[in-house]
Amino acid sequence: MSGTFVGMPAFPKAAHQAVGNATLRANLRHATHTIRDKRAKAVAELDDWARLREAGKQIKDHTLRHLDHYLVRLEETVTAAGGTVHWAADADEANRIVTGLVKDTGEAEVVKVKSMATQEIGLNEALEAAGIRAYETDLAELIVQLGKDRPSHILVPAIHRNRGEIRDIFAREMGSWGRPAPEHLTDAPAELAEAARLHLREKFLRAKVGVSGANFMVAETGTLVVVESEGNGRMCLTLPETLISVVGIEKIVPTWRDLEVFLQTLPRSSTAERMNPYTSTWTGTTDGDGPQTFHLVLLDNGRTDTLADDVGRQALRCIRCSACLNVCPVYERAGGHAYGSVYPGPIGAILSPQLRGTASEIDASLPYASSLCGACYEVCPVAIDIPEVLVHLRERVVQGGEFTRHGAKVTLKPAQGHAAERAAMRAAGMVFARPGLLRAGQRLAARTRRVHPRTLPGPGRAWSATRDLPKVPGESFRDWWQRTRGGRDDGGQGQQHGKKTGSGA
Amino acid sequence: MSSRDIILGRVRRALGDAAGRTPEPYEEYEAAVDRGYLREHGARTTEQTVDLLAENLADYRAIVHRTDGEELPLLLMRLLAESGAQNILVPPALPPWWLAAADPVRIHDRAASTPAQLDKADAVVTGCAVAIAETGTLVLDGSPDQGRRRITLIPDHHICVVRVPDQVVSSVPQALERLDPARPLTWISGPSATSDIELDRVEGVHGPRTLEVVLVTGAD
Amino acid sequence: MTDEEEPALRVALFLTCVNDTLYPDTGRAVVKLLTRLGVDVDFPAAQTCCGQAHYNTGYRHQAEPLARHFSDVFGEYEAIVTPSGSCGAMVRELYPRMGERARAEGRGDGLARTLAPVVPRTYELTEFLVDVLGVTDVGAYYPHTVTYHPTCHGLRSLGLGDRPERLLSAVKGLELTELPGAAECCGFGGTFAVKNSDVSAAMGADKVRNAESTGAEVLCAADNSCLMHLGGTMARLRTAMRPVHIAEILASTEEEPWS
Repeated sequence: MSGTFVGMPAFPKAAHQAVGNATLRANLRHATHTIRDKRAKAVAELDDWARLREAGKQIKDHTLRHLDHYLVRLEETVTAAGGTVHWAADADEANRIVTGLVKDTGEAEVVKVKSMATQEIGLNEALEAAGIRAYETDLAELIVQLGKDRPSHILVPAIHRNRGEIRDIFAREMGSWGRPAPEHLTDAPAELAEAARLHLREKFLRAKVGVSGANFMVAETGTLVVVESEGNGRMCLTLPETLISVVGIEKIVPTWRDLEVFLQTLPRSSTAERMNPYTSTWTGTTDGDGPQTFHLVLLDNGRTDTLADDVGRQALRCIRCSACLNVCPVYERAGGHAYGSVYPGPIGAILSPQLRGTASEIDASLPYASSLCGACYEVCPVAIDIPEVLVHLRERVVQGGEFTRHGAKVTLKPAQGHAAERAAMRAAGMVFARPGLLRAGQRLAARTRRVHPRTLPGPGRAWSATRDLPKVPGESFRDWWQRTRGGRDDGGQGQQHGKKTGSGA
Repeated sequence: MSSRDIILGRVRRALGDAAGRTPEPYEEYEAAVDRGYLREHGARTTEQTVDLLAENLADYRAIVHRTDGEELPLLLMRLLAESGAQNILVPPALPPWWLAAADPVRIHDRAASTPAQLDKADAVVTGCAVAIAETGTLVLDGSPDQGRRRITLIPDHHICVVRVPDQVVSSVPQALERLDPARPLTWISGPSATSDIELDRVEGVHGPRTLEVVLVTGAD
Repeated sequence: MTDEEEPALRVALFLTCVNDTLYPDTGRAVVKLLTRLGVDVDFPAAQTCCGQAHYNTGYRHQAEPLARHFSDVFGEYEAIVTPSGSCGAMVRELYPRMGERARAEGRGDGLARTLAPVVPRTYELTEFLVDVLGVTDVGAYYPHTVTYHPTCHGLRSLGLGDRPERLLSAVKGLELTELPGAAECCGFGGTFAVKNSDVSAAMGADKVRNAESTGAEVLCAADNSCLMHLGGTMARLRTAMRPVHIAEILASTEEEPWS
């Protein structure tokens, strides 16, 4: 397939640097391969995995189809249990609500459980602007925060850092945020975990306000669920007087019983454990135990736009396990930062362009950040057909059409950058519609094959910079078939077979 | 228009015909989800289920002890003595005889206690609501023999007594059936851990770094 | 093998545009192999392209006429055999989806109905051999060390499983070595190879290194698109291995070695 590809978009540019960074490549390779094998073992322990996966998909699909009903139900049950429910149409509104709630407590700092929703809306920055310090307490988030870095993985935001780099960040930065790292800190993971324990302990013990997300919200009972490992989640969810949870509207499940599916599939997909060390569930407030004030902020921020797309909406089934990142060969080499979003990897490549739209260079490039190998779909515990959605979003980029943005229908024009490609595709389509034209093209190529260059100019260089071009044969198959009547006049197997691609002239 | 109305309106428009069609979708829900997955994995005797619990607890680095009601006080005394605990937290209604032989000073968790005060405790001894064999999980539901959530969080050493076989179930689905969602639940599978450094599991972060589980028969 | 009494099974070879143009040897190998197994192979000359590159790059509407053309060309045959996992997956997995999308867009059932007949009758070569002909020993001889790369669409879309390995294991003289990380994508991915060439090249280089580590002389796959990418990478990395399509190995016999 020929074609020129002008306007190379942002993902490839960002990936270019990552591919050339040997340390990053080694860190990612080590981490993703470690977890990949473990996940496969953890999943293989359950012989009903395929049925659990299907049930998880069905529960989520059903919930999404009746999302209005379940949102209203959840609001009732949370309120009845002593919580207060807020609705935020976008990131700004969610940040305003949370900032206001923290200010009402009179506190100037909060402790945070790792939460994708608050990352997505940039809550820490909004709080900072209002004079409120937000302390990340998840080990990987702490590494990112102390290192003034960006997250690069859903589960392990500091996956791009190895133990030596983490040691250096702790030794250098902890002192300016609170208790300094112990002297003579080594890069032994147990010592690094101990340093984080000591550093954060004083913050947990004095915290008056906790901020979290949630993995699940049960409409029937008003229960929220946080799945974690370190105990920082429990600290934030139980020690403060006030708890504020910011949760995407797609995190609902209808019934308590539904957790029996996800509490089996999530830990095994995520950290490859039979069960994660800690899971907390709470329903409103409990007299004399834990926060006595509980606010739930329900976040849209592009989710209803995603829901409006009948192919793309399956992305809302995502339970943020990150199994798709860990198996993705593109993620492994490009790293999380190249995706330009808090949602990296395959799921990010379909979520970001839906939540944010495809107007920016990076968002328009994300649907192409995949070889469509299908490994992500295979491991997804809620069976999101990521390749299907990627191709669907490619269509949106190159062909435009009608989509929903901020709740309103908009008509997108085909992306400018793809004009040449569009023309090439049209031309190829014309050739393929006429076998005679295809034959003529093949014959032309065969006649001129001795003068074919070894490398290509322009966009074709993207191929020939690292790979030899295939050698064009002297005769196409269709010509051979016609000449020999399907090999019957060919005395066996045909002409002398050259070696394949690139094995020399 | 409130943001609530805006969001619900967007959802209904996004769903087209589906929205509002079934004011009470729970019946449809029953039909929408195939519950053909297993209620438990494998057939085991009660004894084998308890063995599996012990095995899976140990696999995630919990220290497992087995005893009977008669020996329980002595075992708890020994475990606390070996850990060197001076002060221990106890939930309001832990059966008093469990700690009849134990030496450490008891700290009682009061509503007014601050986290910093509780931080002086070296260990905590509790019961549990249910234990899950297939995953090696203990679930605490805040009952009087378990106390507030924070008492099993702040001390560095948690000793949890599981009455076997009554409190043991095979699987996650069976555990959820027994639990009351209105209560605040804490599911514990091994000591606190992290996979945040190179995606390799390391035990011991903010929650108790030592988790000891006593599987006790005849303790009622 | 088919019984002498039975009429020979008549199948259409769907060679794919890439093989037709760049890898005619693979086509000849399929013809030789199937003929040896008693199959009457036809090559409908009007065939062109299944539309996969259009579809996967986002040009579904331009892939539709190609799919219709495919259905016109192949609709009459009992079986359609292709030596390409990804083009086979295009027909089997994505043609039905194209029909569904057209329906969802309010364009009726026309496309779905047009494409329906070819979907269940399209087989990837190894699938056809094992499932339809019921053979794993095709009487081949190939005295080389071979490692096999299962391509993504064959593995995950069509679910070929271990069919190719079973066929290769039965080849006389062939020593099959296990490819580390076999299930990982080689990095071709159609237009991905150009649009994200850095990542694609890195994936290709890793795959080639894994293949080299087996000590095999030949890297075999059931899809020449992937082999084009891997072969090009091998040549650039100056590895001693060569890429060979599985059809060419299975076509090779003691009397008539393939190459």
